[in-house]
Amino acid sequence: MAVPTLKFAKPGTGRVIGDRFVGRAIRIYIPLLVLLIVTLFPFYWMAVTSFKSASELFDFSVSPLWVREPTLDWYKHLFTQTNFPHWAFNTAVVATVSTIISLFCSVLAGYSLARLRYRGADTIGWGIFVTYLVPPTLLFLPLTFVIRELHLFNNLWALILTYPTFLIPFCTWMLMGFFKGIPRELEEAALVDGATRIQAMVRIAIPLALPGILAAALFAFTLSWNEFLYALIFMNDSLVKTIPVGVTQELIHGDEFFWGELMAAALLGSVPVAVLYSFFVDYFVAGMTAGAVKG
Amino acid sequence: MGTATRTDAVPVWRRRRARIYDREAPLGYLLLAPTLVVLGIFLLYPFLFGIWLSITDSELGKLGEFIGLGNYRFEWRNTDGVFYTAVVNTFLYTGVTTVFKLGLGLVMALLLNQVIPFRRFVRAALLLPYIIPTVLSYEAWRWMFDPTFSVVNWLLVHTHLAAYPGPNWLGVPANAMAALMIVNIWRGTPFYAISFLAGMQVIPVDLYEAARVDGATRWQQLTNITLPMLRPVLLVVLLLSTILTFADFQGPFVLTNGAPYNSTQLLSIWAYQWGIPGGAIGLGAAISLVLFPLLTIVVAGVLFLLRRPE
Repeated sequence: MAVPTLKFAKPGTGRVIGDRFVGRAIRIYIPLLVLLIVTLFPFYWMAVTSFKSASELFDFSVSPLWVREPTLDWYKHLFTQTNFPHWAFNTAVVATVSTIISLFCSVLAGYSLARLRYRGADTIGWGIFVTYLVPPTLLFLPLTFVIRELHLFNNLWALILTYPTFLIPFCTWMLMGFFKGIPRELEEAALVDGATRIQAMVRIAIPLALPGILAAALFAFTLSWNEFLYALIFMNDSLVKTIPVGVTQELIHGDEFFWGELMAAALLGSVPVAVLYSFFVDYFVAGMTAGAVKG
Repeated sequence: MGTATRTDAVPVWRRRRARIYDREAPLGYLLLAPTLVVLGIFLLYPFLFGIWLSITDSELGKLGEFIGLGNYRFEWRNTDGVFYTAVVNTFLYTGVTTVFKLGLGLVMALLLNQVIPFRRFVRAALLLPYIIPTVLSYEAWRWMFDPTFSVVNWLLVHTHLAAYPGPNWLGVPANAMAALMIVNIWRGTPFYAISFLAGMQVIPVDLYEAARVDGATRWQQLTNITLPMLRPVLLVVLLLSTILTFADFQGPFVLTNGAPYNSTQLLSIWAYQWGIPGGAIGLGAAISLVLFPLLTIVVAGVLFLLRRPE
């Protein structure tokens, strides 16, 4: 009996180059290690710097990559001598409230555009996507007049109201992908059973889109936690600044950089979003899938 | 009579559904209302208002008089070529970083799509630059590029990749531009990677199995299955990323702020410098508005490059 010759090898037989450990190492582990080192080094340097004493900071005679005598001086200084606690509080408030507002708007809009049929829906959907062409860089100068008319300078509401302009388009677009992925029949069954459209949306579509809503919330929260331009322009009083603005404006005096303090603040300002992501990284990927693949 | 019988022939539930669809328009608009109000007041109105500002001599906090195209003329003729530098830099910055982010992002996604130990940790770690507040990570890079105490240079010198004292990263025009690009690539690559990864995970496995049965190599699987299947993701990612890079403000503002001698000037930074510290809002608006037609050209270019193959 003629044995059919296989043109391909089973994994692990070693005939395909790179399925043994050495092959995998060259193909996967070494590149991955290089990427990890390059990616993480700035954060490592941030952390190392923040624990160094003032004299050790500028001592490159011994390897600067380790801390010889760790100290918490910079952190103490940050909390007692600067307004960092205020900045952290402001950032958290602004990010939370603008995320809630953006999610409220974009869940409704996403559902409306993905699910309801009416004239103009496609055009408006495109219109919301096109707002990407108008980034904050184009809007911040005219917005100063709008904020002034509303008497919102040095008021956190200035940020809470302007952040949704870049959050809503992104969230709406992402949620449209999620709503489109929910079978229509589920809602139609509810409608036939006498539920109103709003009940169908609230009881069926929204709960099923919850992973998407979570992903959108994650995006919105990070984007507003990171925002810099509007906060730089609308917030001039030290007590109402956000972390990014406070750090760049008040921990640098002219040409003098307080690196220890700066890096301590940078690390503390990064921790909340980093923790959030380490828990929800899978939702993040799922969110990208819905938006990018179906959008 | 005839119509009545025909209606009767249609099942009750179907008639009911037709009626429901007729009534969807009011609810549709109602649900859109909050979004349209917010975007109208804080996006559409400022955009149109900005166009008007750019043809006036407005200053910070004071509306000015109509001066026609005076701001645009000033920006083109009276700024010692800074305008051209800014436009060229903006294109160069976007172009170079996009090519690298695309390539590295693809590599990163392919690696993350493998079965590897500590997969969740590695994924989260590689995403970090994209998630951490830009301004904060850029401050760390600025410290790494410090003129006298640069850890990057310390590493380069100690691994014998550069002669002591190593390059002056932020003080020399070409180096400063390279530094801006390096950090932008460092920050932007994870976005490409995560999007590609998301796209790769929905490619049906049978395609690869069929290809393997036919004896396709790994490289052939990549070029004939993975890349074509990633086209829709690629389109969206390229669009978003080029727009955001083109209008990037915070990173370059923290790292170089246009220095040394306007050599790393970008349109976004230059608009800010004239508009806020300089107080010439009208001129600032005119500079930032130059971004809009250029951005439209770039977007049209991306759409053209990635158009559906006929």
